[in-house]
Amino acid sequence: MVASAVAALTAPLAQVQLRDRSGGDAGCVADDGLCPGWIADNFDRYVDPLVQHVYLVLASVAIGFAISFALALVAHRHRWMIAPIVQVTGILYTLPSIAVFFLLLPLTGRGSLTAIVALVAYSLLIIFRNITTGLDNVPEEARDAGRGMGLTDRQLLWRVELPLALPEIMAGLRIATTTTVGLATLAFFAGAGGLGGQIFADINFKSNVVVAGGLAVLLAAVLDAAILLAQRAITPWTRARAA
Amino acid sequence: MDAATLVLDEATKVYPGQDEPAVDRLSLEVGAGEICVLVGPSGCGKTTAMRMVNRMIDITSGDILIDGASVRDRDPAELRRQIGYAIQQIGLFPHLTIAENVATVPKLLRWDRDRIRARVDELLALVQLDPDETRDRYPAQLSGGQRQRVGVARALAVDPPLMLMDEPFGAIDPINREKLQNEFLRLQREIRKTIVFVTHDIDEAIKMGDRIAILRKGGRLAQYAPPAELLMEPADRFVEDFVGADRALKRLALQRVRDIDLWRAPLARAGDPVASVRAQTAACDLPYPLLVDEAGRPLGWLSEAALAGETVTADLVSDPQPIVELDDVLRDALSDLLQHESQYGPVVDARGAVAGVLSIEAIGHALRDSDAVPRAADAAVEG
Ligand SMILES: Nc1ncnc2c1ncn2[C@@H]1O[C@H](COP(=O)(O)OP(=O)(O)OP(=O)(O)O)[C@@H](O)[C@H]1O
Ligand SMILES: [Mg+2]
Repeated sequence: MVASAVAALTAPLAQVQLRDRSGGDAGCVADDGLCPGWIADNFDRYVDPLVQHVYLVLASVAIGFAISFALALVAHRHRWMIAPIVQVTGILYTLPSIAVFFLLLPLTGRGSLTAIVALVAYSLLIIFRNITTGLDNVPEEARDAGRGMGLTDRQLLWRVELPLALPEIMAGLRIATTTTVGLATLAFFAGAGGLGGQIFADINFKSNVVVAGGLAVLLAAVLDAAILLAQRAITPWTRARAA
Repeated sequence: MDAATLVLDEATKVYPGQDEPAVDRLSLEVGAGEICVLVGPSGCGKTTAMRMVNRMIDITSGDILIDGASVRDRDPAELRRQIGYAIQQIGLFPHLTIAENVATVPKLLRWDRDRIRARVDELLALVQLDPDETRDRYPAQLSGGQRQRVGVARALAVDPPLMLMDEPFGAIDPINREKLQNEFLRLQREIRKTIVFVTHDIDEAIKMGDRIAILRKGGRLAQYAPPAELLMEPADRFVEDFVGADRALKRLALQRVRDIDLWRAPLARAGDPVASVRAQTAACDLPYPLLVDEAGRPLGWLSEAALAGETVTADLVSDPQPIVELDDVLRDALSDLLQHESQYGPVVDARGAVAGVLSIEAIGHALRDSDAVPRAADAAVEG
C-alpha cells in the first residue's frame, strides 16, 4: 500500500524536478550508471539535503524523547496509565508516515513541521516502552534500600532508577534514531526536503541513488555509533564485571 | 552519636484488605546499645515489625518510640536517614562505586567532600575491607561477603544511634556467615549501637542477641528474654519447639572460646633447641609440640623426627587445622573440630598468634559448668 502510494506520488514529482545531469562522463551518465566522475563533480548538491536530513532526525528524536520521557515519568507514578499510553502511541507507530503527512497537511501545511510531527509520533512508542522497561528492571532491593536510607521518591528516581534504566533508554534512542533516519527519506512528501528528495528526484540514475541512499545509511550508522559511545561513557558500571 | 532506646508499644499492623493483623499488639523495650533479635517461623511478621520502626510500613495502631519520641510525628525520609538499614538482598546500587554507595546518606545530609571521603575510608576499614582496593570498584566486582560488608558500612555511614538489619547474613554460605557474625559482634563491641536484628535462624538469634523476641504466626510475641533464659526456661510449648530439643547443646552458642579454660601445648620455632621444647612439654596439657612462625602463628604439629637432633626442624605430622579463634562461640568451634575429625585444635588471637589449644574434652567441661553459671559470656565481656 505504501509502495503504491509512493509510486503514485513520485511520478508527478519526478516530472517537476529538473533532472540535472551535467558534469562527469556523459556516456556513463546517459546509461544511468554508477559514475565516479559525475559523483565527484556533483557532490555539493547533496550537502544541503543531508543537513536538512540531520536536522529532521535530531529534532524529531529530541522532541520524541522529551514527550516520551515525560509520559514515562507520569506513568511510573501512575501505573494504570501505561496501558492506554502504549495503545495510543502504538497506533501512531503503525500509521503509515505518508498517510500522516496527508492528514497533517491541512493543519500544519507543507514543510518541516509536518514531517517532524509525523516522525515524532512514530518514535514515541519505541522510546516510551524502553524507558518504562528500564525503570521496571531496576532491582527491587536497590529501590528498597534507597527508600530505607531516606531517599525521597524524587531522589530515588533521579539518583537510582533513571541511572539504572540508562542502558535501556539509550537502546531505545538508538532504535528510534536509526529508524527515523530511514523514515525521514519520505519527509520530502511533506515538503521538508532531506535526502529522500534527492533519491526520488532521479530514482533511475544509479549514481544519484547510491550517493543519496549511501549518505542516509552512513548517517544512520554514525548517529548509532555516537549514541553507543555516549552510552558507554555514561554507564561505566555495565562493563565492570567480577574481576 | 550515642545509641538510642527503642520502645514498641502495642504496635500493630493490619495490611489493607486483610482481616488478621501481620503484627499484633507487639510490645518490646530495647535498651541503648542492645541487640534485639526478632526470630520466628517464616511469615510470622518479623520483617513487618522491623520496618514499622523506620516507617517503611506505617503502623495501624499502637506506637513506636525512639528515645521517647514517637516515629509517627517524624517525616519518614528524615527519620530513615537517622536509622541504619541493612537487608538480606543488600541492595547496593549497581551503578555507583563502593565509595559512592557508602556515601549515600552523608550526601543526602550534604556533608562536605573531604568529610565524606574520610568517613568512607574509615567505614571500609571498620568492616575489614581495604579502602584503596575497594573504593572505586562497582558492586558487581565484589564477592557476596564483601558486598554484605559494604552494606553494613553503608548502614553505619552517619553513625546512626539505631540500626535495622533484616537477615543481613541470610544469603551468605555458612562458613562466611559465621565469619561475618563474629566480625559484626566484634564491631558492635566497639560501636555499641541499638540494633533490631531479624532472622529465622534460632542459632543465629542465640549467638547475636542480647535479647530475643520469639514471634509466632500473626506477629504475636511468644517470649522476650535473654538467650540463656530462653534456653533454660522457655515460656511455652511453642518456644520450646522453636528453640529445639537440643537446648543444652545450643547453650554452647552462649560461650566463646576465650571464656573457657584452654589447654596448653608446647610451642616451638624451627631452630629452637630441642631440650627447651622437651622441658616445656612436661608442663603442658598436650604432649605434642606445635610449630609456630616468627609471629607465633601456627604452622603444624611436629613429628618425632623434628625433635631428633639438637635443634627443631620443620618436620610436620599434620597441618594445624582446625584453627579456631578466641572470639568464636563454642558451638562453631566444636563444629569445626568435628568437621576435621580432630580432638583438638590451636586457638589464635586477633593477630593470629597461638593463645592455647581447644579440645573436645575442655568443651565438655564448659558444658557441665555452664549449667551452674548461665550466660558466662556476658560476665566475661563485661569484666
Ligand atoms: N505488603 C504486604 N501486603 C499484604 N500482606 C503482606 C505484605 N507484606 C507482608 N504481608 C503478610 O504479612 C505476614 C508477615 O509478613 P512478613 O514479611 O513480616 O513476615 P516475615 O516474618 O518477615 O517472614 P519471612 O521469614 O518469610 O521473611 C505474611 O503473612 C505476609 O504474607
Ligand atoms: Mg522477612
